[in-house]
Amino acid sequence: MELYQLPAHELHEKLLAGEVSAVEITEAVYDRIEEVEDNVQAYLNLMKEEAIEQAKKVDQKLADGEDINPLAGIPVALKDNLSTEGIETTCASKILEGYQPPYNATVVEKLAAEDVVMTGKTNMDEFAMGSSTENSGIKNTYNPWDINRVPGGSSGGSAAAVAAGEATIALGSDTGGSIRQPAAFCGVVGMKPTYGLVSRYGLVAFASSLDQIGPFAKDVTDCALALNYIAGHDEMDSTSVDREIPDYTANLDGDISGMKIGVPEEYFGEGIDDEVKESVWNAIEQLEELGAEYEEVSLPHTDYGLSAYYLIAPAEASSNLARYDGVRYGHRSNQANGLIEMFKKTRQEGFGDEVKRRIMLGTYALSSGYYDAYYKKAQKVRTLIKEDFDEAFAEYDILISPTTPTTAFEIGDKSNDPLQMYLSDICTIPVNLAGLPALSMPCGVDSNDLPIGLQIIGDHFAEEKILQVAYALEQATDLDAELEL
Amino acid sequence: MKLDQETVERVAHLARLEIDEEEKETFTHQLSDILDHAEKLNELDTEDVEPMAHATDVNNVLRSDDVKESLDQDEAVANAPDEEEGMFKVPQIVE
Repeated sequence: MELYQLPAHELHEKLLAGEVSAVEITEAVYDRIEEVEDNVQAYLNLMKEEAIEQAKKVDQKLADGEDINPLAGIPVALKDNLSTEGIETTCASKILEGYQPPYNATVVEKLAAEDVVMTGKTNMDEFAMGSSTENSGIKNTYNPWDINRVPGGSSGGSAAAVAAGEATIALGSDTGGSIRQPAAFCGVVGMKPTYGLVSRYGLVAFASSLDQIGPFAKDVTDCALALNYIAGHDEMDSTSVDREIPDYTANLDGDISGMKIGVPEEYFGEGIDDEVKESVWNAIEQLEELGAEYEEVSLPHTDYGLSAYYLIAPAEASSNLARYDGVRYGHRSNQANGLIEMFKKTRQEGFGDEVKRRIMLGTYALSSGYYDAYYKKAQKVRTLIKEDFDEAFAEYDILISPTTPTTAFEIGDKSNDPLQMYLSDICTIPVNLAGLPALSMPCGVDSNDLPIGLQIIGDHFAEEKILQVAYALEQATDLDAELEL
Repeated sequence: MKLDQETVERVAHLARLEIDEEEKETFTHQLSDILDHAEKLNELDTEDVEPMAHATDVNNVLRSDDVKESLDQDEAVANAPDEEEGMFKVPQIVE
């Protein structure tokens, strides 16, 4: 195994044993980037110089006999909607070209405090709106398993970077599936924590009641480790929850005897590919062999999730994206006369089609005369969806479903039909509406040798249980597939 | 729900977005499709259901009103497309 293929917890052991230096790890990852980035295009910009400097500091600590943290010297990529002080943060939008935040996102500060090596900023759908990274205002990213296919989205760059060995861990954000769906498409582990577990301070807002930051990792242990260091209350985010953060790696022992699993039948219905269903069912049966019990359960309002989401998320986005007006930062049109025209032309030139579409949709849903019929109706349905989950979690420890209806689709397949694109998030969206934690992990490959993602959903703040089950399944699964790039 | 082009124009103005003729046509069509899909919500009787804005129990979080360090003026305008003497400069507002 090459260094760029190893998970963080194994690299950490090698660092402690003196088998490898942090600089060697960082250089191995940048060599890999050099080798494959032309094909993958995961990054918008690289921070190699700073990364090597950071790695040298870790090596110095080791040389001085100091203790190092488990993520020290580990190459981590950041989605480009996470603010990095003095480093361009564009959300892959032309409207933020050249924008250098004056402060770091809380998660960036937290990783810096652990001596993490930050490799660069990853590509994404513009302002995290999309499911294929084709809505990036800068460029496409390609799936490392098959470069004719999308990596998923919106955190496509982060998922592709981890899958291709261009980073050991990456951070993304998930509003309707933007971590789990690309994790499934790229065959890596991705987790959306409970709403409020991770501070959103410095995450460029898309839909504030749904957005949550989470990790991409090569395995479940790394995912748990990363969560250990990004979770926690932050006074700069008043929606972040003040509670004790456990050690998320503590329950990773493979023991799941007596665990009660619910299998929501609506997630295996029409539109879900047969190969995906079969692979997820095989995994569920494997968990039964390991001592878990399962039953089918109904979440009757699942089918309404997509419609509710595509009113609520655009409504919040239309409000959040009002700030891009060409006054304080980013692009300003030089084609305008007067203030209002300056706003309008700036936004016309700066935003891509999908962002415009969602701003329009949200503005409409919130506008006088339509508010009750659309926005408020959607909020009421959101309550019904959450109640479905509440009832299920009164009976079951976790729920298991496919992460996505299909495996990775081809570039251009859905890019002209917004509604078709939206449907690829049908299994992930209800989780965000209910504010729940969920993880996607690879559970098999389809006949095209593309990874299939399995989703484990937990009750609020049940991250430990999710990771416990994920780890047990990971240990019992041999994927029998290797990425060739 | 079929939107007409006039409504699309009005919404674009509210959102401070300039859209050209071609976009107007595309958006009218695409937004109508999405709203059609949203009509599905009307199958549900939500008369007695409380709307939900947040998934977790979030109440107002208060803190004491202390003076703290914040961005200085140079940092605050550093990204501005146009500035003068530490202030954001915009096109003339009053004729």
